[in-house]
Amino acid sequence: MASKRMLILAPQDNVGVLLEDAHKGDTAVCDGVGVVFLDNIEFCHKVALTDIPRQSDFIKYGEIIGYALRDIKKGEWIHIHNLDDIRGREGKL
Amino acid sequence: MAQFWGYRRENGDAGVRNQIAVIPSVLCANHVAKAVAGQVQGAVAFPHPCGCGQHGKDLEQSVNTLIGIGQNANFGAVLIVGLGCERIHASELAEQIAKTGKPVEFFNIQEVGGTIKAIEHGVRIGRAFAMTLSTQKRELCELSTLKIGLKCGGTDATSGIVSNPALGLAVDRMIAEGGTAFLSEINELLGTENIMRRRAETPQVYEQMEAALKECERVLERLTHGIERTSEAAALVSPGNFSGGVSSVSEKALGGIHKSGSSKFVGVLNYAERPWKNGLFLMKAASSDCDVVTSLAAGGAQIVCFVTGVGTPTGFPGVPVLKITGNSRTYYKMEDDIDINAGGVIDGEITFHQIGEKIYKEIIDIAEGKTTKAELLGHDELWAIGRHECY
Repeated sequence: MASKRMLILAPQDNVGVLLEDAHKGDTAVCDGVGVVFLDNIEFCHKVALTDIPRQSDFIKYGEIIGYALRDIKKGEWIHIHNLDDIRGREGKL
Repeated sequence: MAQFWGYRRENGDAGVRNQIAVIPSVLCANHVAKAVAGQVQGAVAFPHPCGCGQHGKDLEQSVNTLIGIGQNANFGAVLIVGLGCERIHASELAEQIAKTGKPVEFFNIQEVGGTIKAIEHGVRIGRAFAMTLSTQKRELCELSTLKIGLKCGGTDATSGIVSNPALGLAVDRMIAEGGTAFLSEINELLGTENIMRRRAETPQVYEQMEAALKECERVLERLTHGIERTSEAAALVSPGNFSGGVSSVSEKALGGIHKSGSSKFVGVLNYAERPWKNGLFLMKAASSDCDVVTSLAAGGAQIVCFVTGVGTPTGFPGVPVLKITGNSRTYYKMEDDIDINAGGVIDGEITFHQIGEKIYKEIIDIAEGKTTKAELLGHDELWAIGRHECY
């Protein structure tokens, strides 16, 4: 249940970036936004800062980096298992 | 105006190295070109699989690349080796490169009489070049003559949050000094349109930038059509990017564009095209690290700044490639290959501005002769001519 370092790159972002490895149950606070991790999340990987409904956009750097393949809970690890991107592809799944 | 010690060229360019480029006009001359370069001090060969069997714009792109490499200011003299029956004529390449005012010679293997005679002939030309170049001294040159190529490869999430923004600070300073920089990797800029719109100098420049992205995206859609989306063949970023925490091409792009700093984009360049003025350009190169760095060098970049997250050792013949990582773990694992560790920003040991300053100073040191780690180890694998419409 350790406190971990996390970065939020823009105020409108709904994902944060881990600055060290984190385990399920660990917590992080950045710019007044707190989160409890629901998964083990590695250094440099992303965590959801809010609940994010299926098909909604993930925002990092203040811009869209992909959309949710399913409903996401705050604290979940966000990566290719639950994020897809339409750029250079033929539309959403 | 800021200055650095470089090699002045007739046309006002300045080299940061003073080497001899030995360029085959066709793949059939590769062996001779390599053998010649191997016998001549300071010579580097540019073997390639082109010169025949290409058509239209694809052929044009190869020609422009070979001319661009020969014109790069890091080469004080150029030798073109032809076979004699190829589509890309050695004489034409020599003529275009000679417009820079640098010494250029060419010959065809068929005319000289085969491999052994061609190697002897080439070595004699090369050693005369080397003798001349050995007497040239570095002189004070304007910093505004520097063109910096920007690239990242082996990206992880530290590239986007640390090393690309830190490189961007150094690039802002180069541009403020009147210099030039090329941002490229069109396929890895999808998703940055909002940023580009804000940073294009004019609406016309933005239209060209957007058109370059759209063209690339159409090709990617065609290439990945019908392929399982989750397969590696359909992925638009590498497995190393994924394991490094980058989940999509847009995420990579939004981190990648930071390495161009915050200056305005003044224009869009084609593959291997030389800029017509100074400032920050978007260059239409994409696909692999080789295709992109080759285009940057052919466009005139005397130095390439290469950001890496998971670590890559590669280099380019005659053009120093400066490696920067934002991942301290990678730096300490691959210290033999990586020049600058920006990872201290994450660990709170150093500020962005300090690391941006360090990168800027390193660029100047390299321009004045400091050897990059890729040069020290002889890395030259980033040379490869991109194919037209290859993303």
